[in-house]
Amino acid sequence: MSAQPARLLSPLSEDKLALLARLTDGLDADSLHWVSGYIAGTAAIQRRAPLTTGTTAPVAANVEPAPQQRLTIVYGSQTGNAKRLAETLAQSSEAAGLQVRLVRADAYATRELAHERLLYIVISTQGDGDPPDDARGFVEFLAGKRAPKLNQLKFAVLGLGDSSYPQFCVIGARLDARLAELGATRLFARGEADLDIATVATPWTKQALDHARDVLKTDTHASAPLATVTPLRTNIAAPWTRERPFAAPLLANQRISARNANKDIRHIELSLEGSGLSYEPGDALGVWATNPPELVDAVLATLNLSGERSISVNNETASLRDWLLRKREITRLSKPLLVAHAQRAQHAELERALSADGKDAARRLLGDYQLRRLLGDYQLIDLLREFPARWQAEDLISALRPLTPRMYSIASSRKVVGDEAHLTVARLDYEAFGTRHVGAASQFLATLSEDAGVPVFIEANERFRLPADPARDVIMIGPGTGIAPFRGFIQERAETGSAGRNWLFFGNPHFRSDFLYQVEWQRALKNGSLHKLDLAFSRDQSEKVYVQHALRRRGRELYDWIQNGAHLYVCGDATRMAADVDNALREIIIEHGGMSEDDARDVLNQLTQERRYARDVY
Amino acid sequence: MSAATPALSPVERIKTASHRLRGTLVESLANPVTGAIADDDTQLIKFHGSYQQDDRDLREERRAQKLEPDYSFMIRTRLPGGVVTPAQWLALDAIATRFANGTLRLTTRQAFQFHGVIKRELKTTMQAINAALIDTVAACGDVNRNVMVAANPLQSSAHATVYAQAARLSEFLKPKTRAYYEIWLDAEKVAGSGEEHEPIYGPVYLPRKFKIAFAVPPLNDVDVFANDLGFIAIIENGGLLGYNVTVGGGLGATHAEPGTYPRLADVLGFVSPERVQQIAEAVVTTQRDFGGRADRKHARLKYTIDDRGFDWFRAEVERRFGAPLRPARKFSFDHSGDRFGWTEGEDARAHLTVRIEAGRVADRGERTHLTALRKIAQIHNDKISSLSFRLTPNQNLLIANVVSEDRAEIDALIAEHHLDLYKTATPLHLNALACVALPTCALAMAEAERYLPELTGKIETLLDKHALRDAPILLRISGCPNGCSRPYLGEIALVGKAPGRYNLMLGADARGQRLNRLYRENIAEGEILSTLDALFARYAGERVAGEGFGDFLLRAGIVAQPRSTVISHTLATPEQERMEIAP
Repeated sequence: MSAQPARLLSPLSEDKLALLARLTDGLDADSLHWVSGYIAGTAAIQRRAPLTTGTTAPVAANVEPAPQQRLTIVYGSQTGNAKRLAETLAQSSEAAGLQVRLVRADAYATRELAHERLLYIVISTQGDGDPPDDARGFVEFLAGKRAPKLNQLKFAVLGLGDSSYPQFCVIGARLDARLAELGATRLFARGEADLDIATVATPWTKQALDHARDVLKTDTHASAPLATVTPLRTNIAAPWTRERPFAAPLLANQRISARNANKDIRHIELSLEGSGLSYEPGDALGVWATNPPELVDAVLATLNLSGERSISVNNETASLRDWLLRKREITRLSKPLLVAHAQRAQHAELERALSADGKDAARRLLGDYQLRRLLGDYQLIDLLREFPARWQAEDLISALRPLTPRMYSIASSRKVVGDEAHLTVARLDYEAFGTRHVGAASQFLATLSEDAGVPVFIEANERFRLPADPARDVIMIGPGTGIAPFRGFIQERAETGSAGRNWLFFGNPHFRSDFLYQVEWQRALKNGSLHKLDLAFSRDQSEKVYVQHALRRRGRELYDWIQNGAHLYVCGDATRMAADVDNALREIIIEHGGMSEDDARDVLNQLTQERRYARDVY
Repeated sequence: MSAATPALSPVERIKTASHRLRGTLVESLANPVTGAIADDDTQLIKFHGSYQQDDRDLREERRAQKLEPDYSFMIRTRLPGGVVTPAQWLALDAIATRFANGTLRLTTRQAFQFHGVIKRELKTTMQAINAALIDTVAACGDVNRNVMVAANPLQSSAHATVYAQAARLSEFLKPKTRAYYEIWLDAEKVAGSGEEHEPIYGPVYLPRKFKIAFAVPPLNDVDVFANDLGFIAIIENGGLLGYNVTVGGGLGATHAEPGTYPRLADVLGFVSPERVQQIAEAVVTTQRDFGGRADRKHARLKYTIDDRGFDWFRAEVERRFGAPLRPARKFSFDHSGDRFGWTEGEDARAHLTVRIEAGRVADRGERTHLTALRKIAQIHNDKISSLSFRLTPNQNLLIANVVSEDRAEIDALIAEHHLDLYKTATPLHLNALACVALPTCALAMAEAERYLPELTGKIETLLDKHALRDAPILLRISGCPNGCSRPYLGEIALVGKAPGRYNLMLGADARGQRLNRLYRENIAEGEILSTLDALFARYAGERVAGEGFGDFLLRAGIVAQPRSTVISHTLATPEQERMEIAP
């Protein structure tokens, strides 16, 4: 065994890799076996009981099983949903006594594919039909010529997406078709989960588990040797979770766009004091919002329902008002709700729009998605007003999808702000369909008064981390509220005295009104914690200028930085900005690296693989 | 210089290191991270005719928003006598609309000011101004500022002669550095750029601003005695004999610093028209070489004269001038306000003076003054008439050289756009002056321009109460003690101390020859009005025929004898001299 673990394929950070190398250096085979079993056992404990405090009881852990007796679950996840589903599946498979390994797509060694017997893929589709960043290489490999014959493989795919996008779940569909084309056997039909994820994901997961049991039982050979391990370090999980959020007191709620700005951008400061919650720059804060009370009133009034009636759905009981306030999405529509409503409303146009061949009509009805991004979403109340229908309270609650927490990139470093988490929130507030519309979470946050408690939890984002090596340069591209994590990055790098340079690209409509955190950046430039700041204010001149233009303008230097080992980060709008920036980076590599289009693409993929090109886009 | 010389003020260091006023302006303009320019450059840009300002109404709000102050720039023109053609008026209007806040501000020194020009558009704006054959060189800064000329519409030929003289002097005293042309107009750098010879100013320019005015008696609209250097035209039988030269005027002061004070100019002597340039050079270079450079609050010519003595000063000036000055001629001023409405000039051309409140030409509600003047300018630009516009030293506008056939059309436009305030307003309202103050002026301690309409309304109510509506009282309001609206020459003046609080100054004459005095310190509106109410009551009951409010206050012993009146050192005795000045 090599004392130097392979860097490219490892999910470990560089410093962890170095530790591992030191640990394994000079060990004999027995010791190495013991270590490997010990670590596998630790992983098993984490998977089985991620939400409980660590146990000290000895547990049996499996040593890495051979492929033929093992289930491999590969996930590709942008916002964490696919990851969460894959983890759930892994846990229940393990609980069922199956050998399972869970791998993020960019940590999966594609050469192993030829040896897999059972593979489940859980993967989302982003924006206009793109894979999540962590699955780009995996998807490309499978689509390419180097993909091996997979006659030995049994598989199933769960796709995630948002049916309001034209390219709904296409990545899942493409992988599903390609695996079959390569000779693999589809165990059961592909799942395509919409925003109401559980509707599709729960039955798919159950099916997956059943099939896995069958397949692995028939395949089972001699059981692998077991090692008994006691964890050396008590696994202290965060006491507050997504399911059990911490009520963070609001410390500040300050508008940071000028009075004449089109958008109301808020700087929110929350206290995490006493929660034991901690985060790293790049992590997100999950916020459980309460829906706007006026909107709940409007829905109740439109349906002529009493908010005070007690409603029981799925063994949970609350007043109808409470359901609508805290437990159900009413500012985002889902397709099942639309379908159910269309049946009730008996509105021909609506029903036709939702029929299989009605995609174009649906888009017309709901507006082109880019237009919707601009104007904001068609909300439940619009549907109820435009296509009146009668709903019983229980039916409505069953049809609406559960409220999901909103994720905000944290805009601070704990090294600077202590037990606080700062957010940069764009308040969604617009006129549409004749009435005022607001976003659930941004409205909730923007209208909070001091001392209010905000239900929050930390959503770690291991894929969006500062370089382990503080001497590395970083290039941060964060237009609009995409600036948030970079405020945390720069605070962190300044506080830790990182030697690497920091280069920030920021854009927004107007210099005078929308230059978020302007005085902080000025101070950072002055004191040397920010080395370069390039700006793109789109509406300050006749031709629109965005961050991708600023990148091109600095192409030569940018390329030099990348050559020099800089890490690239992009945060912000996923629908257009992320792709525009990606194109600009590719063009810069083509122009200044003298490369072909394909080579440039490879460079970017390689950078993504090495986690030197990370995106947090939404 | 002796070793005991006090340290130079920081601005002196900036000027010295500036490579003839260039500093790092080019870099400052190119810096995209801030709407401001570098600190040192904020001093230098004044010499180019611009001040960095910010909207003080928004300062605190933006600080909380983590945004820098809402920086913008004021640009002031250099325009001797404030004369522009219709074509130039149209260009200035377009610039105000496109780059500034949509208003033209007429100043008390006959300049146009643009407010609210943002840094990114500053250079384009400068180029547009220059394209209209108007520049902004030395409109601010430690150099000779815009040269004022009486707007007096009655004596057309004298005005023409004096105006031409003033324009030549303005050009003569213009800095020679090419910095302005290189920075704003993309002029090529040439050998010697940054080391230009400045024959008048030398490498560090003057210790402080320097103001020149030309008055044509009997109107003292320019407030000639408020200037560092003044020329009073002596006209006999329609012919210009020459000028009485006045020196050492200046109104700036600082609250609670007794070493600073407003001062009226002294009459130095008489020069013939051909020697105007030489006497100006002698006075300016004397101030250059002897003016204080340690404390900018004590650096104007008035302090140089007072610190060294008038006799020393005259000797130094005469040495540089090359001859003793001849004794001053008799002169007499009757008022420092404007003459509103139509007047016929000597050459059958007519002139219309209209009231522009606080000098702000704007479209507000039904008062679409900007539009009215744009239309007049457009019509006369199209038909190439003799019409020109003249800014008065009292922030008003004179539409000059109108042939009689055109009067009706102009009257109609003036009425349509409600620019005919001059017909109905009280003398108090017509003659009132206010500086810009809040929100853009960095020095302002209290409101001025924005408060003027409300204040005049309230004072008019008091005047009505005492049947004094037609009393020609000079009211001036200033947001700080620096004196842009020449408050120390107002019969009633408010000098800002704090938001809503002012020093009440009383007792100047209405001829610009006697300063007022502090009457009540740091009071709010209620006390200001009750004080005036009581004084108006006495004035209404006790005044003698034709007696002005300020003169009455002095005669009645309500206001003590003034600190400063005009002194003519060339006349035999002060008694005789006063006799000559008094009407």
